[in-house]
Amino acid sequence: MNGFFDIPSDLQHSWTGLIGLHLREALLPVAAGLLLALPIAQLCVRFRRLYPPVLGVTTVLYAVPSLAFFVVLIDYTGQTELTVMIPLAVYGLVVLIPAIVDGVRSVPRETLAAATAMGFGPVRRYLQVQLPIAAPAIIAGLRVATASSISLVSVGALIGNQGALGNLLAAAQKYDRPELAVNAVLTMAVLAILCDAALVLLRTLLTPWMPRGTRERRAKPAVRRERPEPEGAVR
Amino acid sequence: MNVLNFVHAFFSDGAHWQGYDGIPQRLLEHVRYTLLALALAAAVGLPVGLLTGHTGRGGNALAFVANAARALPSFGLLVLAVLLIGFGLLPVMIPLVVLAVPPILVTTYEAVRSVDPSPVDAARGMGMHESRILLRVELPVALPLILSGLRSAAIQIVSTATIAAYVSLGGLGRYIVDGLYQRDYEKVVGGATLVAVLALLTLAVFWAAGRLAVSPGVRRR
Repeated sequence: MNGFFDIPSDLQHSWTGLIGLHLREALLPVAAGLLLALPIAQLCVRFRRLYPPVLGVTTVLYAVPSLAFFVVLIDYTGQTELTVMIPLAVYGLVVLIPAIVDGVRSVPRETLAAATAMGFGPVRRYLQVQLPIAAPAIIAGLRVATASSISLVSVGALIGNQGALGNLLAAAQKYDRPELAVNAVLTMAVLAILCDAALVLLRTLLTPWMPRGTRERRAKPAVRRERPEPEGAVR
Repeated sequence: MNVLNFVHAFFSDGAHWQGYDGIPQRLLEHVRYTLLALALAAAVGLPVGLLTGHTGRGGNALAFVANAARALPSFGLLVLAVLLIGFGLLPVMIPLVVLAVPPILVTTYEAVRSVDPSPVDAARGMGMHESRILLRVELPVALPLILSGLRSAAIQIVSTATIAAYVSLGGLGRYIVDGLYQRDYEKVVGGATLVAVLALLTLAVFWAAGRLAVSPGVRRR
């Protein structure tokens, strides 16, 4: 396709520059969301009654469309990257809290008792027993959060060129060059797939005790049997 | 608080309640887009998920398709579809359906797969036909999870259907996009509130559907 990588100069970035910008705008919020979600999820695990209201609040926040979130934040943070990144961090939070809570709760009681009997304090037990066992669930949440974050950054184009690769979409319309839109969509999709693959690799590295290959098939029913009450049914 | 003042001002303005740009009209349009996209996505996701879940084959291919679909940016697809097809309902439905198919497909597959095998074997031993096993045994047991997949798809559609306004269609996104260009934050906040309320209503509808459709025996387990 002619001019596929000809980025209009008003975007002030090369194609690779846009990719770097996009990754930063998409991944930093996910990292921030994870850092915030870990303590909140731990509180929800400790105090069971806290979980339903937290879940309710996060569900409402998740329902707020990203564009509206951006526009309202313009008043406070201006037309900057931060305006795009704050809502993405909130969305990440929403996906990660249930993932972490379910993951930490799925740790068998005997395992925790064994850790306590070995003299593990609460902090060490959390870091060395609960988190590693919950790692697959947490990474599953990270995969969803990362994919949606990479996709949502592009909406930032609507609030004045804050959408990294999304700015290509606006340019495609402005200059009537559909190939730029194809470029943006494909590049974002490839970025999402690569980040997803990196997270899958990370999970494999973090959980060396899991059987490889058929992991998903064996893990799923086991998790269900450990939790007799159907968590996913009516929340 | 700033935002709450906006909400109050938006909803107490009588002009926002009537005419072609009134709240009832925009709400109706939004619900229409949502239902259409959900129906299309369910028409793709449910049969495929049920069949693959029942046979247990093609799980990896399914996960691959779902991941690829998740990787596609909705807003990018919308702009691309508009550039290639032109304005209309179709370019809006493409990103919404692509967005909604993965959760429906994956949860349906997982739901049917994780059905306790003993009642399925019992049904097979009693001579039930495979299609009857799927519809009369596996589907009722898997229903709560299937509904949760549909629910998360529906909520994502409700929130994302706002992009229809970006390509000159209606729906609640109209308030957000118009508000952005008119620098009328009251409108933006009002539109966002309406979308959030609609999402909560969607949750309530699915909760009610779960109460009605899920058999008491399955619910109690």
